[in-house]
Amino acid sequence: MMQFYRAHVLVCGGTGCTSSDSPKISAEFEAQLKNYKLDNEVKIVKTGCFGLCAEGPIVVVYPEGAMYTMVRVEDVKEIVEEHLLKGRIVKRLLAGNKEADDVNKSLENVGFFKKQFRIALRNCGRINPENIEEYIAYDGYKALGKVLTEMTPEEVIETIKKSGLRGRGGGGFPTGLKWEFAAKSQNDQKYVCCNADEGDPGAFMDRSILEGDPHSVLEAMAIAGYAIGANQGFIYVRAEYPIAVKRLQIAIQQAKEYGLLGKDIFGTGFDFDIELRLGAGAFVCGEETALMTSIEGHRGEPRPRPPFPAVKGLWQKPTILNNVETYANIPVIILKGPEWFSSIGTERSKGTKVFAIGGKINNTGLVEIPMGTTLREVIYDIGGGIPNNKAFKAAQTGGPSGGCIPASHIDTPIDYDSLIELGSMMGSGGLIVMDEDTCMVDIAKFFLEFTVDESCGKCPPCRIGTKRMLEILNRITEGKGEEGDIEKLETLAKNIKASALCGLGQTAPNPVLSTLRYFRDEYEAHVREKKCKAGVCKSMMQYVINAALCKSCGICARNCPVGAITGEKKVPYEINQEKCIKCGVCMEKCPFKAIFKNI
Amino acid sequence: MKSLAELEEIRKRALEQISLRDDKEKIRVVVGMATCGIAAGARPVMNAFVEEINKRKLTNVSVTMTGCIGVCRLEPIVEVISPDGSKVTYVKMTPEKAVRVVTEHLVNGRVCADLTIGAYGQEG
Ligand SMILES: Cc1cc2nc3c(=O)[nH]c(=O)nc-3n(C[C@H](O)[C@H](O)[C@H](O)COP(=O)(O)O)c2cc1C
Repeated sequence: MMQFYRAHVLVCGGTGCTSSDSPKISAEFEAQLKNYKLDNEVKIVKTGCFGLCAEGPIVVVYPEGAMYTMVRVEDVKEIVEEHLLKGRIVKRLLAGNKEADDVNKSLENVGFFKKQFRIALRNCGRINPENIEEYIAYDGYKALGKVLTEMTPEEVIETIKKSGLRGRGGGGFPTGLKWEFAAKSQNDQKYVCCNADEGDPGAFMDRSILEGDPHSVLEAMAIAGYAIGANQGFIYVRAEYPIAVKRLQIAIQQAKEYGLLGKDIFGTGFDFDIELRLGAGAFVCGEETALMTSIEGHRGEPRPRPPFPAVKGLWQKPTILNNVETYANIPVIILKGPEWFSSIGTERSKGTKVFAIGGKINNTGLVEIPMGTTLREVIYDIGGGIPNNKAFKAAQTGGPSGGCIPASHIDTPIDYDSLIELGSMMGSGGLIVMDEDTCMVDIAKFFLEFTVDESCGKCPPCRIGTKRMLEILNRITEGKGEEGDIEKLETLAKNIKASALCGLGQTAPNPVLSTLRYFRDEYEAHVREKKCKAGVCKSMMQYVINAALCKSCGICARNCPVGAITGEKKVPYEINQEKCIKCGVCMEKCPFKAIFKNI
Repeated sequence: MKSLAELEEIRKRALEQISLRDDKEKIRVVVGMATCGIAAGARPVMNAFVEEINKRKLTNVSVTMTGCIGVCRLEPIVEVISPDGSKVTYVKMTPEKAVRVVTEHLVNGRVCADLTIGAYGQEG
């Protein structure tokens, strides 16, 4: 019989917390529990991501559900001694309201979690992802059992269609419809693929699901296999996600041991196997045809569609490809029913979406919200607002394929269609918040640099066109923009969108077009007045010392990495603009706030 | 995995292990574990609760600790708090009494009146 523990200590083992030493924290818990002879009463569980990454490492202690944030190795002894030995919650480490008297339900009390609705992330931070039984405890593999023993493949597809689930990998294509196309393709061999390439800079929801709840993806892939008539699955995951890869390997192994993958699952005669394929981290390999080409062992380059993968995919066989988060929703839809799922969200976007919020926001992290939540709620209620009370300027969604939503649209409900209308897109769910100090031309340049780097080079519009656009942007941000540059950008953008081979090129101009739509005046100021109002573009600003405020202490000169500042006692210091590299160190170090940006 | 029944078996067994992390309302057994409680023997009492609850596979009960409840002379003190907030305070507990509280109060819902602070007050 297994041991009963009176308390569980959940330590986050996601990538974020792992890099801030959570493995050392669990080791310290182990040592301290032994030290206090509590190791038979208290169990340590390594979980996946809780989502509140900015506050990591995260530790949650049950049965109280007390969430401790920014835990350091040195804090562990206190938690063990106070909380686990004496039953006194360590308030100074609690998330959110540290003064709260009723800490009994502190996890639910944290504003960050209040407006969230967790379907895809349901088990993240709740179970041990390396133990299949914990997944089973929360109804894991029950949906697969139900599908195999009680439903026909047609009924499964009908259920997914009725739920209104759309692809979470970017395009938003209806999942049930995709499955139906593949089911209707006649062939003795079909494949189910999972897209875990996650190339958008800043997005990490797929990684967190794989790290925190790998079985939900395996179960859903088996369900998809049954629905379309496939017995082999492939998960394409980037090798840069070592923790996710390891947990997937363990999960596949355990599922095989329990007979939940392999031959004759649930005694129904249905066979299904899953293999991993590691990608080298090229953005284009997230595109479906390139991904399949890469799984086949070739260089990851896209090919024209049609034929669509549902007809001719992997090794020319009918194939479906879905995103990790799309799959994570499937078992819940099967168990709770399509009506339940479609009651969440908006008219044409059902369910929830996971967003990775980053940039100028207090609670950097991962959140799952019902479709239709407004940007304002995400930024202020869940995200905790913008640091230093700066003003919100815009949010970027959809990564290098998307665009930005300006402050004037902060009350737009977020769903697939409203974002498209605003000239952005859902994308995979990266959401970068920008404040008043952000230069929109610079942001557009950042994303274009990314696509130019990641272009595979197969088609000229993408290979050459995006490069020309970047050259113009470089010119503009260096203060060398010419009259007509903005129009040239627009013409190039239009042509690239119309003629590129795959989604990478077709969407690459979006960040430029979208910033032009809302912030054209900034482009014009760069070109005509050679001014960057945000003070970001270095060629258009100078650091200057205010002679009246300067006390000639010399701290700036000592800290300047290029020796650009000179002066002597009683004479105000001066910056040699020829030498200055505009790193800003002097302004940061000046104890008298005598150094300013001149824009 | 040969059948749904087999999966259900594993599910039940596994859920017992982790039901502690559920949000659903539970009966809370709170043991006073300040210096006074520990000196009076609170730890064996708590262990007895944990063991007995485990033996009977009660998933709707959690055992936690608290500091000094304030009536040190009556330690070890244990409070049983129902989901509705009502509270029963047991005093001068022993491992044997703990087993009784589990069987009578937690399983069958009958308060062990003779072990409560009220009963002690009348005697003394
Ligand atoms: C350049 C490019 C990169 C992409 N990267 C990803 C990715 O990293 N993950 C993903 O799920 N989909 C990505 N997609 C979308 C996939 O092509 C495909 O539409 C998706 O995986 C289908 O799954 P879904 O319907 O469940 O969203 C990318 C598309 C393009 C054009």
